[in-house]
Amino acid sequence: LFVFFTEEERRVRANDREYNEKFQYASNCIMTSKYNIITFLPVNLFEQFQEVANTYFLFLLILQLIPQISSLSWFTTIVPLVLVLSITAVKDATDDYFRHKSDNQVNNRQSQVLIGGILQKEKWMNVRVGDIIKLENNQFVAADLLLLSSSEPHSLCYIETAELDGETNMKVRQSLSVTSELGDPNNLAQFDGEVVCEPPNNKLDRFCGTLYWKDCKYPLSNQNMLLRGCVLRNTESCYGLVIFAGPDTKLMQNSGRTKFKRTSIDRLMNTLVLWIFGFLVCMGVILAIGNAVWEKEVGALFQSFLPWDPPVDNFLFSAFLSFWSYVIILNTVVPISLYVSVEVIRLGHSYFINWDRRMFCSRSNTAAEARTTTLNEELGQVEYIFSDKTGTLTQNIMTFNKCSINGRAYGEVMDILGAQQKRVQPLDFTAWNPLADRDFCFYDQSLLEAVMVGEPAVHEFLRVLSLCHTVMSEEKREGVLVYKAQSPDEGALVTAARNFGFVFRSRTPGTVTTHELGKAVTYTLLAILDFNNIRKRMSVIVRNPEGRIRLYCKGADTVLFERLHSCNHELMNITSDHLNEYAGDGLRTLALAYRDLSEEQWEAWAERFRGADKATDCRDDRLAAVYEEIEQDMMLLGATAVEDKLQDGVPETIAILSLANIKIWVLTGDKQETAVNIGYSCKMLTDDMTEIFIVNGHTVQSVREELRYNAPPSSLLESISGEFALIISGHSLAHALEADMEREFLETACACRAVICCRVTPLQKALVVELVKRHKKAVTLAIGDGANDVSMIKTAHIGVGISGQEGIQAVLASDYSFSQFRFLQRLLLVHGRWSYLRMCRFLCYFFYKNFAFTMVHFWFGFFCGFSAQTVYDQYFITLYNIVYTSLPVLAMGIFDQDVPEQRSLEYPKLYEPGQLNLLFNKREFFICIAQGIYTSVVLFFIPYGVLSHATQSNGVPLADYQTFAVTTATALVIVVSVQIALDTGYWTAINHFFIWGSLGTYFTILFAMHSSILFNIFPKQFHFLGSAHNTLGQPVVWLTIALATVISIAPVLAFRFLKLDLKPQLSDTVRNTQLVLQKKRKPGGRVGRGSRRSGYAFAHQEGFGELITSGKNMRLSSMALATFASRHSSSWIDTLRRKKHANSTGAQNTPPTGEDSAASSQTPPLSTSSSAAGKAGQACNEPVLTHSPDDIALSVIRCPEREVGECSTGTVQVNIHLKTSSSTNCILWG
Amino acid sequence: MMASSYNAKDEDGHHPGSVGSGGPGAVKSKKPDNTAFKQQRLPAWQPILTAGTVLPAFFMIGLIFIPIGIGLLVTSNNIKEFEVRAVAIATSYSCECASLNNRNSPRTKDFSNVFMYYGLSNFYQNHRRYVKSRDDSQLNGDKSSLLNPSKECEPYRTSDKKSIAPCGAIANSLFNDTLELFYIHPNGSRIAIHLVKTGIAWWTDKHVKFRNPGENNNNLSIVFQDTSKPVNWRKPVYELDPSDPDNNGFINEDFIVWMRTAALPTFRKLYRIIQKKKDNMTPTLPPGNYSLEVIYNYPVRSFDGRKRMILSTISWMGGKNPFLGIAYITVGSVCFFLGVVLLIIHHKYGNRNNNADIPN
Repeated sequence: LFVFFTEEERRVRANDREYNEKFQYASNCIMTSKYNIITFLPVNLFEQFQEVANTYFLFLLILQLIPQISSLSWFTTIVPLVLVLSITAVKDATDDYFRHKSDNQVNNRQSQVLIGGILQKEKWMNVRVGDIIKLENNQFVAADLLLLSSSEPHSLCYIETAELDGETNMKVRQSLSVTSELGDPNNLAQFDGEVVCEPPNNKLDRFCGTLYWKDCKYPLSNQNMLLRGCVLRNTESCYGLVIFAGPDTKLMQNSGRTKFKRTSIDRLMNTLVLWIFGFLVCMGVILAIGNAVWEKEVGALFQSFLPWDPPVDNFLFSAFLSFWSYVIILNTVVPISLYVSVEVIRLGHSYFINWDRRMFCSRSNTAAEARTTTLNEELGQVEYIFSDKTGTLTQNIMTFNKCSINGRAYGEVMDILGAQQKRVQPLDFTAWNPLADRDFCFYDQSLLEAVMVGEPAVHEFLRVLSLCHTVMSEEKREGVLVYKAQSPDEGALVTAARNFGFVFRSRTPGTVTTHELGKAVTYTLLAILDFNNIRKRMSVIVRNPEGRIRLYCKGADTVLFERLHSCNHELMNITSDHLNEYAGDGLRTLALAYRDLSEEQWEAWAERFRGADKATDCRDDRLAAVYEEIEQDMMLLGATAVEDKLQDGVPETIAILSLANIKIWVLTGDKQETAVNIGYSCKMLTDDMTEIFIVNGHTVQSVREELRYNAPPSSLLESISGEFALIISGHSLAHALEADMEREFLETACACRAVICCRVTPLQKALVVELVKRHKKAVTLAIGDGANDVSMIKTAHIGVGISGQEGIQAVLASDYSFSQFRFLQRLLLVHGRWSYLRMCRFLCYFFYKNFAFTMVHFWFGFFCGFSAQTVYDQYFITLYNIVYTSLPVLAMGIFDQDVPEQRSLEYPKLYEPGQLNLLFNKREFFICIAQGIYTSVVLFFIPYGVLSHATQSNGVPLADYQTFAVTTATALVIVVSVQIALDTGYWTAINHFFIWGSLGTYFTILFAMHSSILFNIFPKQFHFLGSAHNTLGQPVVWLTIALATVISIAPVLAFRFLKLDLKPQLSDTVRNTQLVLQKKRKPGGRVGRGSRRSGYAFAHQEGFGELITSGKNMRLSSMALATFASRHSSSWIDTLRRKKHANSTGAQNTPPTGEDSAASSQTPPLSTSSSAAGKAGQACNEPVLTHSPDDIALSVIRCPEREVGECSTGTVQVNIHLKTSSSTNCILWG
Repeated sequence: MMASSYNAKDEDGHHPGSVGSGGPGAVKSKKPDNTAFKQQRLPAWQPILTAGTVLPAFFMIGLIFIPIGIGLLVTSNNIKEFEVRAVAIATSYSCECASLNNRNSPRTKDFSNVFMYYGLSNFYQNHRRYVKSRDDSQLNGDKSSLLNPSKECEPYRTSDKKSIAPCGAIANSLFNDTLELFYIHPNGSRIAIHLVKTGIAWWTDKHVKFRNPGENNNNLSIVFQDTSKPVNWRKPVYELDPSDPDNNGFINEDFIVWMRTAALPTFRKLYRIIQKKKDNMTPTLPPGNYSLEVIYNYPVRSFDGRKRMILSTISWMGGKNPFLGIAYITVGSVCFFLGVVLLIIHHKYGNRNNNADIPN
């Protein structure tokens, strides 16, 4: 699309198409396709010839048309070129076809447009700027709309922006009050307001404009806008005025062309191609000089038999032409098929990723997807992983796990002996509590008993949970409650209370109705003292039916303990111990307290509260001060522990990845405490780390000091790295990323084994990635699931999106996507490693075979007067790269394996060659080239030596040109086939077929081309009549070929054998010992028993408190609420429930939750800690699957240490039995 | 390659995963097929280079190559080859009938055919412009090409506004010396040795590739009447061998042999065959003195060329060729030696106990 004028401001008049048409605004029709049937060929060809390689070959083609230069027929170049162009064109056409299809689908969606006062169905593409359209619940917003009115009270409407920015929580939009009164279509049809606003841009969170209507001005903000890509939720219907349409919408403005990522192999390849090009020019120059000398010394005299071509009158001009002739015949050192083959191989690898069942998540029915097909081998070189936390490492599902009530801990399931029980059934609540949530799991019977017995503290504890929150409830049918919580933590707590008999039922702005042990109770809600990040607590003040006023508070323990009544001292200590224990298990904790208020106290405070509430200046501060006043002298009830569930296999994955020398940095928007907690629970941080640096300064100076102070002494950096961890917060990071400090920061960070950055913004995430990318020359991978990860996913060399959780923004921006963090190990260690290996082997061989092929011409040049005569038949030259040698090397590039996949996960060190770039670098390249040149020497001079004197057995000399050509070509094909046979490490049927097939094809085509049938049809084209028959019938020729093959291959064989024998690589060793029965591993140990204290685990933003008390979002009657809820099937809370449900069904393979944390802390077969002593008393002889059977990794059979002393020595033998029936390995701790 | 990141389909939210577990059975499982191919579990042979395979291979190569080499060398040494550097004496074009009395006569007593070759040095038959300067279509008897030869033949395409037959630089430079061999009887009489001039070209060349135009017209002079002879030639193509119609015109074997260009600047071409006597009892060329007569037509001095005449016998593997035998013996010994060296290295330093612990 061409923009002829730049729009400075946009004027839109409602219901006035004629007026709006003056401005020629884009219509709502989108077009992401590039071609149509007519433009396809020219446009596509034009695009393809923008590729340097293609233009280069076109240039060669033109050169070949000049008879004085042409050393090869035109078809030797045009056949491969056409082949390459058509393959690409077919691919482009298919892509575009699908784009057409999806465009059509979107453009033909129906929407209801208000035309002439009547709602009419229109296709999306016919919607114009200035139209008023009606949206219904769960519909996609068709264009960027100004919300005019809504069916909901206060003209609110709810939207889900997941497609737009990836955030799943619903957002509220409100129309201007003047337009909200318009209500029905008739009034709206009369509406003729004019909007003046900014031109289209890509800022999702900003809109500014003005509505002029009836001589009044109304400012418009983002709060009034519904953007294309959003979905309307929980709103019956609404009307909107189209402001931006089609390509002008913010969604489309945001989808610019993605930056094309290139792999380091790509860049290396380009450099090498340039070098080869230089080499080609050098050879051309050498041969041209040779030509000059020859023409002067010999050619000039030879003119009686061979006069110069007409334009040539001296030897210099001849040399000039000869240069170009040699450029043509030597161009096969950079064959056109290189780039195509590389693409084909990558495509193959991508399909293998898509097809991998072990990266398929049956829970979300999502297979892994390689969205970019050009980066695969880079997956084998990753050194840094930048991971998001929420949704990536964790599931973003909170489960109420343990609690401590009045000094007694619940939730830890113990039998009489004190050992953990196996396979406890979760408690069944539904039997006595019809309102219970079936998906809720709790294992400790004693808490339920305490509720039944009626322990007052327990009741009060649960009452706090059921009252003190900002959750909203929906009751679709009687007894089926759905909670809409703003943060999953709150949802978990309220659900817990619900299952234990304290059911939060509904709320109005002034009341909260609960069901306490089957009895409906309505509390008067006097105030909500809402949460914010500074307060780290929230309270509610309620009056119970008896009229007593009570304040219930929940909050971070550190904050809450300061505000307790002094009589709580003892309880506080016990609770504190429990909290420590919970924190050690990586749980998120909250302390609960209450305070009784007298009527007078309440009245007095309420007065002050109203005063503060009405204040216009510093309202927040004043409110906080007022809140502070009343949240004093509270009585401690206990504490809750909520588990921020890690995704399956996260600690194991991290352990394996770090054994593979991959550094993992966690970049999260979360608070420090939460992030550190997760760091512990996923084993990034361990207690035996020498030190954990925390950089938390707010000023440049303090950050610098903290970094300097913390930096390990530089001399020790190498030896002790891995024992440190760095935790840095967002505001410190802002300083650390400044130009003068970034190196310092990077050095410190890279010396640490684990780095956690908390409270970072999306931009900072990208900056950190950029920093490492720039200074470390290492391959970076970013993995995340949310819109806030998009920037880092786009910045990193490789972006991975976690699909199936939050929105799909991250997935859309990513290069690879799958649904579980643990699949990362397979992506990198198996697919990445193989891809890298295959690509390297492919490139080595590819350059080798082309040098061996081409350099023969160079040597021949010295014997044919530097005349650019080719050694081979021109058909052979045409077909060599595209037929005779292409498929075996492709098969190797796609199917080769050095070690089986299980081994790459068992020995993560196998990943190292990729990181160090050992398999294909400049050195390896030169070795390949040298080998190729050596082979070409052999291939030329052995036939030269033999054939120059040899004769056929009937006396006819063999030294004629055609015999020589056939001999050399046959020897070449055989030598490169033997070489690929040597290089292929994994001979599948396909490899056999291709290698033998290529040889067969060669001989078949050879005999066909040299047959008299073809000659009789085209006598001018097939000069080599009978050569194959005459040549290959001679034993001398076969002896020559055998000799050349042995001389070419034997040194390679000897060299490889020596390398393997004297300096075997790990992969060679592993390959050699396919069935290892024993191997040593460092003993695993118990880690994570930390002294960390989790903080307030709430949402990071203020709750709905104000909305609730103002009653804005409240339905007038609960009946209306019920009908409303039943109308709309899917909501955000459904998603949450679905996740929970899926989680509980999928959890069958994993140990019960209560035991999970302990089990996983004991599991790591790869952990470096050796404090297994503490586990000695535990009897655990049963196998515990730490992975689902889908996962090939290790299942661990744990045996208790009989002697404490033995395991403290740190040698635990681990035996691996390879079960051939299944690919699961069991590790015996003996 | 340049992909727009926006895909309208994505806007639908029909992304895998967001559909979720809406209902078992309702959503078709996207689980990839469990085939060996897709899961990269194809059965495969995984060869490894071990001492057990590589070292025997080297010894085997040695043990096979050395005997072959010895055999080849012995065979080659049994072949009698005799060479006369003819050009040294012939100095100028005028020396037409230079008959030379050879001092070192061949003393062959072989019972098989003897092959007579002429050799040229420093003659670039493999030059690009030379190689392509021919018209195979014309040589195949194509009428239209006969009168309108290919452009490749320039500048030997036409002369006197008539097309040249055969056209091109190769044909133009046809070797046209005549060599004759005489046996000098001890009593002084010269007996001409019968030289067979057919059977010296490839069968396919003689019978398929080269054909006279006008298949059934025996009178070649009429067939070629509208053409001109190549500029260097003294007689037209239909007079190359008037005595034998099957060896005249394009299918003259001397001509065919010349047209099969040599790969290297020093080459030899089969000229005549001296057939063995029928009785099989006397050698083909009995010991004694011989005289070679060269009718000198072909100038090579101008470009520093050299001419040779070679007489040679043939074995199963062709003519005398010591290179192949020596190369085989050398390569065989080197491989064997390499095998020994590798064996020593392997025993001394080799990583024999690979089963030991793998560092991790």
